[in-house]
Amino acid sequence: MQFGLSQEQTLLQDSVTKYLRDQVALDKVRLIASGELNDAEIWQGLSELGLPGLMIPEAHGGVGLGALDAVVISECLGYHVTPSPFISSAAMAPVPLIASNRDDMLAGIATGELRVGVAFGEAIGARTGAGVVAKGATLSGKCLFVLDGDADHYLIATTDKKIFLVSTNASGLKRNALRTIDITRSTCELVLDNVAADLISEDPRVYERTLDMGRVMQAADTLGAAQCMLDQAVVYAGQREQFNRVIASFQAVKHMCADMLANLEPCRALVWYAGHAMDDIPDEARMLACHAKAHLSEVGRGVAKTSTEVHGGMGFTDLVGLHYWFKRIGANRQLLGSPELVREEAALVQKLVDQA
Amino acid sequence: MDLSYGTEYIAFREEVKGFISKNKDKQPKAGAEPGNPELLAWQALLIANGFHSRTIPKAYGGYGAEPDIIKPRIISEEFSKAQINTGFSGQGISMLTPVLLEMGTEAQKQQFIKPTIHGEMVWCQGYSEPGAGSDLASLTTKAELDGDEWVINGQKIWTSTAHLADWIFCLVRTEPEAPKHQGISFLLFDMNTPGIEIRPLVDMTGKANFNEVFFTDVRVPKHQIVGNRGQGWLVANAILGHERGSLAPPDAAQSRLDGVTRLMNSETIGGEKVIDNPVYRDRLLKLQGSVLAQKANDMRLLSARINQDQSAKLAGMIVKLTGTELRHEIEGLAIDVMGEIGLAYGDNPYLRGNGSWQYQYMYYLGLIIGGGTSQIQKNIISERGLGMPKEPKIEAK
Ligand SMILES: Cc1cc2nc3c(=O)[nH]c(=O)nc-3n(C[C@H](O)[C@H](O)[C@H](O)COP(=O)(O)OP(=O)(O)OC[C@H]3O[C@@H](n4cnc5c(N)ncnc54)[C@H](O)[C@@H]3O)c2cc1C
Repeated sequence: MQFGLSQEQTLLQDSVTKYLRDQVALDKVRLIASGELNDAEIWQGLSELGLPGLMIPEAHGGVGLGALDAVVISECLGYHVTPSPFISSAAMAPVPLIASNRDDMLAGIATGELRVGVAFGEAIGARTGAGVVAKGATLSGKCLFVLDGDADHYLIATTDKKIFLVSTNASGLKRNALRTIDITRSTCELVLDNVAADLISEDPRVYERTLDMGRVMQAADTLGAAQCMLDQAVVYAGQREQFNRVIASFQAVKHMCADMLANLEPCRALVWYAGHAMDDIPDEARMLACHAKAHLSEVGRGVAKTSTEVHGGMGFTDLVGLHYWFKRIGANRQLLGSPELVREEAALVQKLVDQA
Repeated sequence: MDLSYGTEYIAFREEVKGFISKNKDKQPKAGAEPGNPELLAWQALLIANGFHSRTIPKAYGGYGAEPDIIKPRIISEEFSKAQINTGFSGQGISMLTPVLLEMGTEAQKQQFIKPTIHGEMVWCQGYSEPGAGSDLASLTTKAELDGDEWVINGQKIWTSTAHLADWIFCLVRTEPEAPKHQGISFLLFDMNTPGIEIRPLVDMTGKANFNEVFFTDVRVPKHQIVGNRGQGWLVANAILGHERGSLAPPDAAQSRLDGVTRLMNSETIGGEKVIDNPVYRDRLLKLQGSVLAQKANDMRLLSARINQDQSAKLAGMIVKLTGTELRHEIEGLAIDVMGEIGLAYGDNPYLRGNGSWQYQYMYYLGLIIGGGTSQIQKNIISERGLGMPKEPKIEAK
């Protein structure tokens, strides 16, 4: 029995971490956040490491690895608040495209040249102002807070859990950038007026697996981001002095840190297990994906707040940039289903309640 | 990630299942009093087959198996699945026996381990005192050597099961001049020794599970010490490690949570099943997320023990804190689910689950406090786990 990361996965983690530490330090993130740079250069660099095609079969130019490997990557990206469309283009998009044998798309996605964004809000639970309807092979309406404002194509799910593919250049499609608190990753609005769309899947299980994959990666992203916030809090508390002693020696501060650790450490095992279930335990995968997403949303929110408090006024400023992690965690919480909605799905999966 | 236990364990699991199906009718009836012959016979049967005291050497009354991390796990999985009585627990078995195996003399092992694991010798733990709780090392019950005997004077408090115990393992101050951690010794003695007075203390559950224990010139043979004089703190810490891990295992949390789910399906509010109320349902699912995380953490710890992987050290440090707090919350949810019916206690005819929800809700608050409070756990996690500095020391008055 071996529960945890394999040696290969640890090596993968080390090499991605090294790349991100050296090449995508916080000053680079700041440039992207300020709009002076887009994430293309970073995505290019991550493509050279094989990240976009991580879960695409080797026959289609990918690396052919599994969800647990992707969890490892996603955690690293969260830890470094790395701007990238990893969750949408590398983790989610390949699921339905592989299922429907869209070999034409896979090679491009695997190299990172083709970016596919994800618009699943309608199927998860459309919010005020959103709404897409399919009529034959066309889509009309509006998708909000679509993952990736710079994608070449978008996967759009409708309420009946069908997935359509549209090209960003399709006539009748208008894309408007939507600013959110998390400026490390982009979202947009798609306004569709009889836009030609490819029906990629009618199978609700494909939709669910795509969504689950995204949620597990989001949970891993939050895990990484929260771990980084905890690490920063411990380091900062060990340096900052008040009342002639380091604040780390104040019990109130120590207990804040102990609480963060006690809540976060079991999350690591949960997220690994959820990733493993996506690969190997189909019966448990859905429930675990929902719970990983919801539980990390809750724990992440707590860590984000507490770490900021440990930093005092410095935590509130832009100087140390702690807010990038705070906001990343906040965005992961709301996107692809807020925790209440996701727990309700977990209840449905377990048949604790009847499908309405 | 490989969650299978390996083919060599398949046969072992079958062996456990075979034992259960053949012997389950021999289980003692629920509620049998300590000392009941059925209980003792069941215990002996478990040990003879290696399902209790598995790795304790035969010479000391155990089964004498080679150490193996997975087999006990399989035993506990199968016993819990079939809801089979797992035999005696208690502080003598869970805490004293491991410490005797590690630090006891040969004569002590011979004398104490066999009757202890067979349930014939019940122990209590005499550590806490009125003036020494979290700061246990400041304890003042003293033992002075007079010829071949220790003479003990002082008082213990919160001593669980002292009223049922045959013997006590007890921390006493033997070197008053030494620094406080180095002046303590670990003694074993008979609770029938003259000079011991036990006064029961009723706890919030309404039961008297713990006691005050007074010692007046209690005379104990000199050799009934574990470790050397002044080493008692080391000995005690060796056992605290054994205690903390086992207080609130995630599998038990899972089975209580399953119980809450059943309760939500049988209880109604205004004619509607509680499970159909989205607010309560969300609270259930929230706790389920925590239970799943703790179960995964537990698998990680099991794997770390098997593979001697040091990277899970922090994951192990948090289990007493998170496990006891989670259990208290689960029991609390069950009470909320029942509303005013959740208040029923004692002989109330509307009692659900024999009153176990209210009882366990309080019991786990006791475990949040006992065995090192949650606050003390956080001190340990931050100082030993995260490497944060200790608070400046204040000199003893
Ligand atoms: C159900 C139960 C069973 C028990 N069984 C036994 C037994 O069999 N044998 C035995 O010897 N003892 C037993 N105990 C005693 C138990 O170990 C003590 O109650 C426990 O260690 C706390 O000590 P205290 O009660 O003196 O509380 P105190 O130490 O007075 O603590 C009171 C409060 O102060 C806080 N506090 C104290 N010091 C610190 C600090 N340094 N930092 C932050 N906060 C602090 C505590 O967390 C707590 O909130 C049992 C207790 C319970 C509740």
